[in-house]
Amino acid sequence: MSKNIKHDFVEKRVGWLAIFATIAISIGGIVEITPLMFQKQTNEPVVGLEPYSALELEGRDIYIREGCNNCHSQMIRPFRSETERYGHYSLAGEHVWEHPFLWGSKRTGPDLARVGGRYSDEWHYVHLMDPRDVVPESNMPGFPWLAENKLDGELTAKKMEVFRGFGVPYTDEDIAGAKAAVVGKTEMEALIAYLQSLGTGLKQQAN
Amino acid sequence: MSSFWSAWIIVLTLAFLVGIIWVLRWNMSNYTGIKEGELMDHEFDGIVEINNPLPRWWMILYWVTIVWGFAYLALYPGLGNFAGLLGWSSSNQDVRSIEESRAATEAHREAGLIVEYDRAMDAADERFGPIFEAYAQQPIEELAKDPEANEIGQRLFLQNCAQCHGSNAMGGKGFPNLTDDNWLYGGSADAIKTTLLQGRQGQMPSFKAQFDEQQITELATYVLSLSGRKVDPELAAAGKANFAVCSACHGQDGKGNQQLGAPNLTDNVWLYGASQAAIEETLMNGRNGVMPAWKDILGEDKVHVISAYVYGLSND
Repeated sequence: MSKNIKHDFVEKRVGWLAIFATIAISIGGIVEITPLMFQKQTNEPVVGLEPYSALELEGRDIYIREGCNNCHSQMIRPFRSETERYGHYSLAGEHVWEHPFLWGSKRTGPDLARVGGRYSDEWHYVHLMDPRDVVPESNMPGFPWLAENKLDGELTAKKMEVFRGFGVPYTDEDIAGAKAAVVGKTEMEALIAYLQSLGTGLKQQAN
Repeated sequence: MSSFWSAWIIVLTLAFLVGIIWVLRWNMSNYTGIKEGELMDHEFDGIVEINNPLPRWWMILYWVTIVWGFAYLALYPGLGNFAGLLGWSSSNQDVRSIEESRAATEAHREAGLIVEYDRAMDAADERFGPIFEAYAQQPIEELAKDPEANEIGQRLFLQNCAQCHGSNAMGGKGFPNLTDDNWLYGGSADAIKTTLLQGRQGQMPSFKAQFDEQQITELATYVLSLSGRKVDPELAAAGKANFAVCSACHGQDGKGNQQLGAPNLTDNVWLYGASQAAIEETLMNGRNGVMPAWKDILGEDKVHVISAYVYGLSND
């Protein structure tokens, strides 16, 4: 064995191989991701952004529970073909209080980043019960149980406290009133409230 | 970006590039002490290795990617705060509001920088702007007869309106049919355009508190009788006694009021169903009809074209 074949070293020592491999694949992240955590662009909210209300926050959890983000993205890319349909492209400052963000990566259904205010509450109700009642071509499943399940609000205040720990500016009053704001409401109401809030931080204006 | 993070990105990126050049150079020379084409002195279950050089095509490709990398970093934004020689960016990423976005677009334009998104929008404006501008000059009644405008209007309708009103515009429960001659807020060109631009809020209040179940049944019966349906005359007569409350919006004769969006109850067109039960439900729980405002989402020119399309649906 020639002493010159130095890669023998990692080929025969799996621990070192793992360490070097980790360093190699981390470089991309260290260069591209780490600086973003300290950027104004990704940490400062857009003008007029409001934290989710207690009910919207519960709605967001239902959105996650039902896996809406598997078929709906919340990320309008800066292409004309997208902004014509969905509105102004998404800005980092709109998502600074999202933990985790729900940008998604697949659009079986349309993007929802700016769905707030686009349809009436009534429409969302009918559509979530059975989407084909209003859109016969739709292949989205219905979610009728949301109209029956009621929120008890036991954990709402705690969730808001956790989010405050992430830097979301909830006030003590917000947290104190959290349970009262959601108790007895249906999951459907919460989800609709959440959907109606999406993208409304950046005030829409046609081009 | 602060200069620290800018430097962080630049140093790491360039160091990495230099690093892979070094690895490549190192592996291009034969440092093993074994002649090219001869057996290496290791063997594994009878499997041996010949000391071959790196494939030439692969090495060339590797060099090309490295050169490409340097060229890309020189031309495009990649190295921290360095914006690239082309002055190219994909969009206005630092903005915090629509106003700032517009200002940034202007600033970039004046500085001669290329913002890919703005460039695409400008190109579209140049191409489609005059078309919409010409349409905006035409009255809706005229535009409704223009087949090309109708096609554009239909596309916009399918994109933005069909979710509620249906792809055939015939509506559904709670969402008005746009192809008939019945209009909640008026079917004139102006009324349609106003509806689209500003939206509408239809409020049928709940009468649960005011009337008991028997009275609600009577009222619903009377309402059904208004459109000539066969009903129990006694119940209807009893309902009529309480109809004064309804007439505030729907009128003494039940013919509705387009100023308020109160439906005509005599035409046998039912937004929420024609059954006694559906009408009782309306009286019990009220209804909320919401047409969103489209002015800020689509802009007035597009709304004009959609208005013409909708107007044309019932005014062939």
